[in-house]
Amino acid sequence: MKKEIPLAITFITGLIIIVTFFIPHQPLGTMQQRLLLWYSIVLGFTMLLGMDSLLRSNIRKIAKRSPGWPFALVLIIGFLGTLIVGIYTWATSESLLSLGSSFMYVYTYFIIPLQATMFSLLAFFIASAAYRAFRARTMEATLLLITAAIVMLGRVPIGAEIWDKFPLIQDWIMEVPQMAAKRGIVIGVALGTIAMSLRVILGLERTYLT
Amino acid sequence: MKKLFMVLTLACLMSPARALEPPADVKAVDTPNDEGSSITVSWGRSPQDQGDATVFKGYQVLRAENANGPFAEVGFVICGKSDFRDNVESHKNYYYQVRAIAFSDSSQAIAAGPATATAQWFDSSRGNVLILTIIICFLIIWYIERAKKGEELFIRKIQGLDAIDEAVGRSTELGKPIMFSFGLGEIKDIVTVAALAILRQVAVRCAQHGTELLVPNWDPLVMAAAQETVQQAYSEPGRPDLYKEGNVSFLTSDQFGYAAGVDGMMLRQKPGAVFFMGYFYAEALLMSETGHSIGAIQIAGTTAITQLPFFIASCDYTLIGEEMLAASCYLKRDPQLLGSLKGEDFIKAFLIIGFALMAVWGTAGYILNNAGNPWMMDIFQAVKNWFITG
Repeated sequence: MKKEIPLAITFITGLIIIVTFFIPHQPLGTMQQRLLLWYSIVLGFTMLLGMDSLLRSNIRKIAKRSPGWPFALVLIIGFLGTLIVGIYTWATSESLLSLGSSFMYVYTYFIIPLQATMFSLLAFFIASAAYRAFRARTMEATLLLITAAIVMLGRVPIGAEIWDKFPLIQDWIMEVPQMAAKRGIVIGVALGTIAMSLRVILGLERTYLT
Repeated sequence: MKKLFMVLTLACLMSPARALEPPADVKAVDTPNDEGSSITVSWGRSPQDQGDATVFKGYQVLRAENANGPFAEVGFVICGKSDFRDNVESHKNYYYQVRAIAFSDSSQAIAAGPATATAQWFDSSRGNVLILTIIICFLIIWYIERAKKGEELFIRKIQGLDAIDEAVGRSTELGKPIMFSFGLGEIKDIVTVAALAILRQVAVRCAQHGTELLVPNWDPLVMAAAQETVQQAYSEPGRPDLYKEGNVSFLTSDQFGYAAGVDGMMLRQKPGAVFFMGYFYAEALLMSETGHSIGAIQIAGTTAITQLPFFIASCDYTLIGEEMLAASCYLKRDPQLLGSLKGEDFIKAFLIIGFALMAVWGTAGYILNNAGNPWMMDIFQAVKNWFITG
């Protein structure tokens, strides 16, 4: 029964989701939205699990003085600081995100700059990855290098100044071979998703049950 | 000359301005293929409506429960548009009026109705999806049944999955841990379910070799599933004592916070192998380039097309799209699971032939159409339109 009940729930839920896609009549019409709402509620509760896991693992690191424990300390201080500011703002302001609130200050001057810093690193990582990918060591890499050079030149104003055909060739590369490869992958993923979903619904794929 | 100019100017000023013409052919009908909660009002645009918002404002839509009113405004549609969807109660009669509104004038209201919103039992615009779903499911189930009868099925080598043992073995030799990331995938994403199968295989190998496995998570639900999977996998070779709950932990639900956390773990703990399996966005390259910089063997797999080039550039092996979804079948080698892959391949072959035939048909149709013979092009368009979901 330990396996049969979850399998039955999966089968019935999967079938309901498929049926509701084709039947707009109530009560099936809004069933999918309702199930997604339930999912959001469950997710909200599991956030507590997440917080528990985060705090426990970092407190353990501090207690054991594991390598890098000061980072764990910074995390705990940041977590508690944001939580206290959030509760204070919730108690004193109309909304957590109202302009001028303490929480908005933390969000604007701490969280956004930290996110922007991480995102800006992407430019350097793209350069290093592109350098490795475009090294003309094999036939494929050489082809990739030439194609990338044409696409880059076709997308910047100086490319058209050098040769007015660069933008046209760039368009063709993006719209024909690139699009064909992309659609091939998309169709493969779509069929793979259908097959995988069918395996889950029929109970053949049981990895998630452990 | 001066007199003539004055007469013409006066004539222009005194001539009556052209009255604003109302919308024509106003209709109110039950919105098709919905749950019976709306009525669609449509009309022919007023001749003065040329889509210029500086001259013509739009259309005022009014509704009443009786033919004689009172009518109240339920919506305003900007110029250039000719329909409005009104949310109403089902099984109740409604009457509508539509009036054209310009900046200096408004037309008379044109009435329509009664109309009643009713729910449909089948969404006819999705009939094509239903037919294709039935065909695809039938073929997959048919091949699964054939596999059950013991038919030998071939599956090509997937290097990324074969490299799991190599990656775990190398990390063990170096005495380094292994890291596994699901990216920003949620448990409701099918690719995350596929990634759990790979995590299970990695965890079993880690338990066999006594190697530490780190699984930082972005989603707490995925974390709970990963904890269960790893714990179960460690029990399989009889090493449940090696499982540490703290190693499968939650980091943050912030995209770049997660990337920073994973990068930090990589730089401090220097894993010998890193697995990126699931759904990824911009954080993919941030994490995989950091993994590359510490010299780890990296195996990635995702269905996110925008991130595949980054993984291919920075990882040793990459599972592209459907390979990722075939992972559990490949790793388990269960005939029934392999049967479903065979069915998938059959559909792919069918689609390839279909695409090639339609490309030839469409090209020939285009040539014939230019020569004044449209029948091939008409059939091509009809087939194309059938595939467009409503």
